[in-house]
Amino acid sequence: MGLLNIFARRRSRLPLQLPVGTFTVNKLGAITASTLPRSFPLQCAHEIAEAVVATFKEARASRLPLAELNVTYPGLKVAARDLGGGAIIFLLPRTMGQN
Amino acid sequence: MGANGRLDKTLLSPKAYRRSMSEMTQPERPTPRILLVDDDREFLRVYRELLLKQPGQPEVRTAETGQRALAMLEAGQFDLLLCDLKMAKVDGFQVLAIVRRKHPQLRTMVLTGLAEEQFRARAYAIGVDLFLQKPTTPEETKLFLECVESLLGAGATAGFRGIQSKALVDIIQLECLSLSSSVLRVSQGVQEGRIWFLSGEIIDATTADLVGARAFERILSWKNGTFEVLPPEPERTRTVFSSYQTLLLETAHVLDEIQAEQLDPAHTEMLRKASLAELARTQGVEFILATTKPDATESWGVENAEKVAEWTRRTVERFQTLGENLKLGVPGQMDGSTTQRHVVLARRGDRAICLGLQRALAPEQIRQTVNTLLLKWAS
Repeated sequence: MGLLNIFARRRSRLPLQLPVGTFTVNKLGAITASTLPRSFPLQCAHEIAEAVVATFKEARASRLPLAELNVTYPGLKVAARDLGGGAIIFLLPRTMGQN
Repeated sequence: MGANGRLDKTLLSPKAYRRSMSEMTQPERPTPRILLVDDDREFLRVYRELLLKQPGQPEVRTAETGQRALAMLEAGQFDLLLCDLKMAKVDGFQVLAIVRRKHPQLRTMVLTGLAEEQFRARAYAIGVDLFLQKPTTPEETKLFLECVESLLGAGATAGFRGIQSKALVDIIQLECLSLSSSVLRVSQGVQEGRIWFLSGEIIDATTADLVGARAFERILSWKNGTFEVLPPEPERTRTVFSSYQTLLLETAHVLDEIQAEQLDPAHTEMLRKASLAELARTQGVEFILATTKPDATESWGVENAEKVAEWTRRTVERFQTLGENLKLGVPGQMDGSTTQRHVVLARRGDRAICLGLQRALAPEQIRQTVNTLLLKWAS
């Protein structure tokens, strides 16, 4: 089967589509529930979760116990709420002209 | 030619002599080099032929993969990169992000079939010069070729790329010389300014906290950013009464003086310390912390400055890395809240700032306060 593949037209991979959805993570960073589309790689969700959970944890250690966190990228807004160690994370794609 | 290799003017007519001298002294304009990247071979073939027919007869090279394109850019100098987004293994965003870092002088255009707004926003966030969808009509093809010409021309004459003030001056002069009526909106990060034109005269300018000629000076001091031309507002109240030439000359003079002062390290240090204290006195501000170097911190009103500074640096770095890994672009300011206050983080180059604001502030007040503080801190 591998030989036949060399004649197959090389398919372009679509750049990462930014999702809209919500997922919750526990204090270990494991995803416990999610409404994210299956097309969004799990690894990407884990990376976002790790960043959020680490930020909340370190903020607590610095005596700045954040209850919520918003990070705005040009194409995506990440909004998170602390859940006593874990977090609920909202992903909201943005378009040009939005604040 | 005379025996000594110089032009012997006694052998030429005056007109021919003058033409020959002109040809000898005028530097030859180098042939522009374009790199076209797409995994569709047919597209590459068609567009290469199209581009070769352009005035200026550019040299057009092609690459079918992102890796090949990056290797070609390392090996040779190009003036313009035309890049698809949808490619296997290394997609267009990855190529553009690497190009922005390693070849900042290279003009870049995305040429894609993808119409979604999120891709456009991400491409401009990375710093491309232009985002176009692949032409499907003769008019769109004509526009595409005009854009290519424009980018090649801008690259040839603009000098140092990224110094927005120079391109901005050109745009302003163009609006004035063409007796245009329009509004020019200029953005640099969180800062935004506008310049109003009426029949070729500059009648008003504003930034967040300045109006008139002072706002015009502030806008022209920005070294990079984006701009767009908006519909005119003929009813705008006039606050600028100088001619555009006078305004540009005076602004250039002021900016030269500012630059000379900024080159004095002692003066810069003094201004920096004074400005942080002043920022801390802004209504609604509970604390300010700024990290200026890897281990240097200045703060007002923070109890455990070192820990907060470390958290600030790590958080800014963390989300910057996340943005690179997931190709989200560079994060703007980050904000959050505790039970007692709002917290805002922002980064400018190798500096980061953490602001603590009163919890009671309304969202609009927070936005205005933060914008004003960041504007002053950045300047």
